[in-house]
Amino acid sequence: MTRILAQSKSASVNPLKSSQPLGAALAFLGIDGAVPLFHGTQGCTSFALVLFVRHFKETIPLQTTAMDEVTTILGGSDNLEEAILNLKTRTKPKLIGVCTTALVETRGEDSAGDIADIKLKRAEELAGTEIVLANTPDFSGALEEGWSKAVTAMIEGITRPGERARQSKKIAILPGWNLTVADIEHLREMVKSFGLHPVILPDLSGSLDGTVPDHWVPTTYGGTSVEDIRELGAAEHCIAICEHMRRPAEVLHKVTGVPYVLFESLTGLKDADQFVSLLSRISGEPVPAGVCRRRAQLQDAFLDGHFHFGGKKIAIAAEPDQLYQYATFFVDMGSEITAAVTTTDMSEILEKVPAESIQIGDLGDLETLAGGADLLVTHSHGRQASHRLGIPLMRVGFPVFDRLGSQHKLSILYQGTRDLVFEVANMFQADRHAPTPEELDPFRKREAPGGPRSSPLARH
Amino acid sequence: MTSLSAKIQDVFDEPACDKNRGKDAKARKEGCARPLTPGAAAGGCAFDGAKIVLQPITDVAHLVHAPLACEGNSWDNRGAASSGPTLWRTSFTTDLTELDVVMGQGERKLFKAIREIKEAYAPPAVFVYSTCVTALIGDDIEAVCKRAAEKFGLAVVPINAPGLAGSKNLGNKLAAEALLDHVIGTVEPDDAGPYDINILGEFNLSGEFWLIKPLLDRLGIRVRACIPGDARYLDIASAHRARAAMVVCSTALINLARKMDERWHIPFFEGSFYGISDTSEALRKIAELLVRKGADREILDRTETLIAEQEAIAWEKLEAYRRGLQGKRVLLNTGGVKSWSVVHALMEIGMEIVGTSVKKSTVEDKERIKQILKDDNHMFEQMAARDLYTMLSEGKADIMLSGGRTQFVALKAKTPWLDINQERQHPYAGYDGMVELVRQIDLAIHNPIWSQVRERAPWDCQPGVKDEQPSTKNETATVHSAQEFAGTTPTISASVEEIR
Repeated sequence: MTRILAQSKSASVNPLKSSQPLGAALAFLGIDGAVPLFHGTQGCTSFALVLFVRHFKETIPLQTTAMDEVTTILGGSDNLEEAILNLKTRTKPKLIGVCTTALVETRGEDSAGDIADIKLKRAEELAGTEIVLANTPDFSGALEEGWSKAVTAMIEGITRPGERARQSKKIAILPGWNLTVADIEHLREMVKSFGLHPVILPDLSGSLDGTVPDHWVPTTYGGTSVEDIRELGAAEHCIAICEHMRRPAEVLHKVTGVPYVLFESLTGLKDADQFVSLLSRISGEPVPAGVCRRRAQLQDAFLDGHFHFGGKKIAIAAEPDQLYQYATFFVDMGSEITAAVTTTDMSEILEKVPAESIQIGDLGDLETLAGGADLLVTHSHGRQASHRLGIPLMRVGFPVFDRLGSQHKLSILYQGTRDLVFEVANMFQADRHAPTPEELDPFRKREAPGGPRSSPLARH
Repeated sequence: MTSLSAKIQDVFDEPACDKNRGKDAKARKEGCARPLTPGAAAGGCAFDGAKIVLQPITDVAHLVHAPLACEGNSWDNRGAASSGPTLWRTSFTTDLTELDVVMGQGERKLFKAIREIKEAYAPPAVFVYSTCVTALIGDDIEAVCKRAAEKFGLAVVPINAPGLAGSKNLGNKLAAEALLDHVIGTVEPDDAGPYDINILGEFNLSGEFWLIKPLLDRLGIRVRACIPGDARYLDIASAHRARAAMVVCSTALINLARKMDERWHIPFFEGSFYGISDTSEALRKIAELLVRKGADREILDRTETLIAEQEAIAWEKLEAYRRGLQGKRVLLNTGGVKSWSVVHALMEIGMEIVGTSVKKSTVEDKERIKQILKDDNHMFEQMAARDLYTMLSEGKADIMLSGGRTQFVALKAKTPWLDINQERQHPYAGYDGMVELVRQIDLAIHNPIWSQVRERAPWDCQPGVKDEQPSTKNETATVHSAQEFAGTTPTISASVEEIR
């Protein structure tokens, strides 16, 4: 049983979290022709925008209602209306995704009521543009919650309700935020290889995959179409990936009756096997030869790679679902999770994380707990801890701003797991230390308190 | 928030600001905040501005009293460099939760946070930043800071610049006010001398102040405090004993310079270390001010000797780039080009300036631009991303120099781009910095990728394909053109078989 340790510090040191509205905005960025809109001061938007740009190296459409001191006192509904109308005229979006911030939530703004009024009053001007609201105060949650709330809000606000004639072969897929562009592209190909038609919500592989459009687009270009969200109820099945997508999947089920299956992770052999079996069952098609080949390649990667993983101590800091994804991957390869830090105690998945205890906290906690570990696993902000502790850092999640190509890194199914095995094994090989007589001296070793950092002999 | 409102009024009425001087009394009272357009606004908030100005102070713990986003989304994101302490890069925030907000536990949490920082890091000072939410719920950070300072025996400085107060620029100025109110003049140095100066508004981005400091060292001039680049708390606390000051980024810290002159009689000038002639001019003025304040006159000659020697070396190095850059067109798209000497140096080696933003420029600046550009049409207040993109994709400039915000407008228009704002990778100050800037422009423009990324796919430019409408007819055309290739390339012929 995993123990969950509550945060007891007052000063958070080196935050692990990115904010909840940022997570919601990220989900809206996976919709074609969308602009996310932060309801708050210009700073909230500016910080999120800069962070997105540093991670994706793309132009990011993200706007603000530009609240100031006066509107904070008088109320922000006029700013919200003006912002929506301005966005409509200037960018002609198909979707405006409103994300609230701590400022307007602390003030107790009724943003849902305001938006309903605006839609009614401005129905003509706003025709052809969906407006969806995610209540995402910065003082609770983080990326996971924001992403999940935005997807839920889109289903509640856009998907046509009621039981519908099911289109056989049409599969709704609700991926968690931690799936990269490469993951989503790969997922789509995998589903299609069974003759199924996937509709993926949100779909960052269409909008933030790093291409060069041949003209200027002020909104997102690519991603799930609003029409596809509307018709989601015609899917035969829904596959949700990650625990934080349970809520949107449940809402889709409630609204349209589409049954869902939830995968806690798609990384690792067992989860990939179950996913592929499910596709085969739904489609009635045999597993394609190419997929079997990938599976065999993964098994071979396990054989070649396990030498580097056995007995290694891994320290991970990530949001709950990503923590689960990577912790199970490492444990399945024979490593041990010696430090696990996450952002919230609210996720059900935490109980299943294969670690003795999980600290709710920040990268300061990771740095304290990770002493003696062989590898740190977290986002780019872990670089300071990595440097100070002298432990290599595997960059996963968001933000990754000091390495290129994080969106094109595959981490799911047979192929992604195979790539991860190689990446980690190569990091260990690159960090290999030559053995010294002092380290190996049997008498010295016996005196060392506790478990020493795993022996240099173990580093192939 | 009344004291904050008074502060804001005060910093808006800045007599040393060129722009403010040009206004009448009524316009001056209205301040320089532009009303933002919801749904079409860009730029950071006052908190952002305050943090930008103060965070490079390297040995201070910067504690942000806020829910997560203010600090969590923005920490460790600027390229200032430190020659010693690294505490400034450690992020501290009270990370207020819903419970903290609802239960009104903000002040208590803040106090405890200061104690934790004091116990774990023992910094010379903690700077506490207020933000929108903590201002809204009425947390009295000044009182908490005061109590913590007494209780823990260290400097705890309240920085009262919540985001909703206004723009980034306002935040810059409020940060300066905090230094004036709580830091500068609190420590008496025991080593004050006639060659001590302050440099204000220098951020030491990519360590570029280290390209300047050796020049000053050579002249026997000591930098008492560089605010904020690579500063220590004690440098700033004793900055009031400098003899002269130079303001580098005047839009940010002009109020600091003027008030230090008022209070401690430290004369100042506005200058720049960007460009060859500006660097020389800055050195000259520093020497003059020091002489005016009692330093030996001989420093003037030594300064001229150093300038002559360094300028000659720089111009000689720049000459090497003339062949590659002659006639190349530069678009400057940045908040305000303070340094005309960069423009001057670029033009000196034969480059052409095809446009510049004048968003933050003074009337005087605009006059100079007019003379340089010969066509005011190339001056713009602010260009919409779409227009910028169009201009660049039509090939109207060979390179754009700007900040990160418009980076991808240029790159997506397949135009060379160079970062000249805070996230830049290279130091551009001083004589060597100017050479580095030109070298980077040369590398950017002549990189072989440009011809490759502009090249259309071979199958897109086959004759007979281009003008076809997307129809069944088009498919035959595609296969047909692929067959032409097939004759020479066996691998392609294999894929043509598959297409069929």
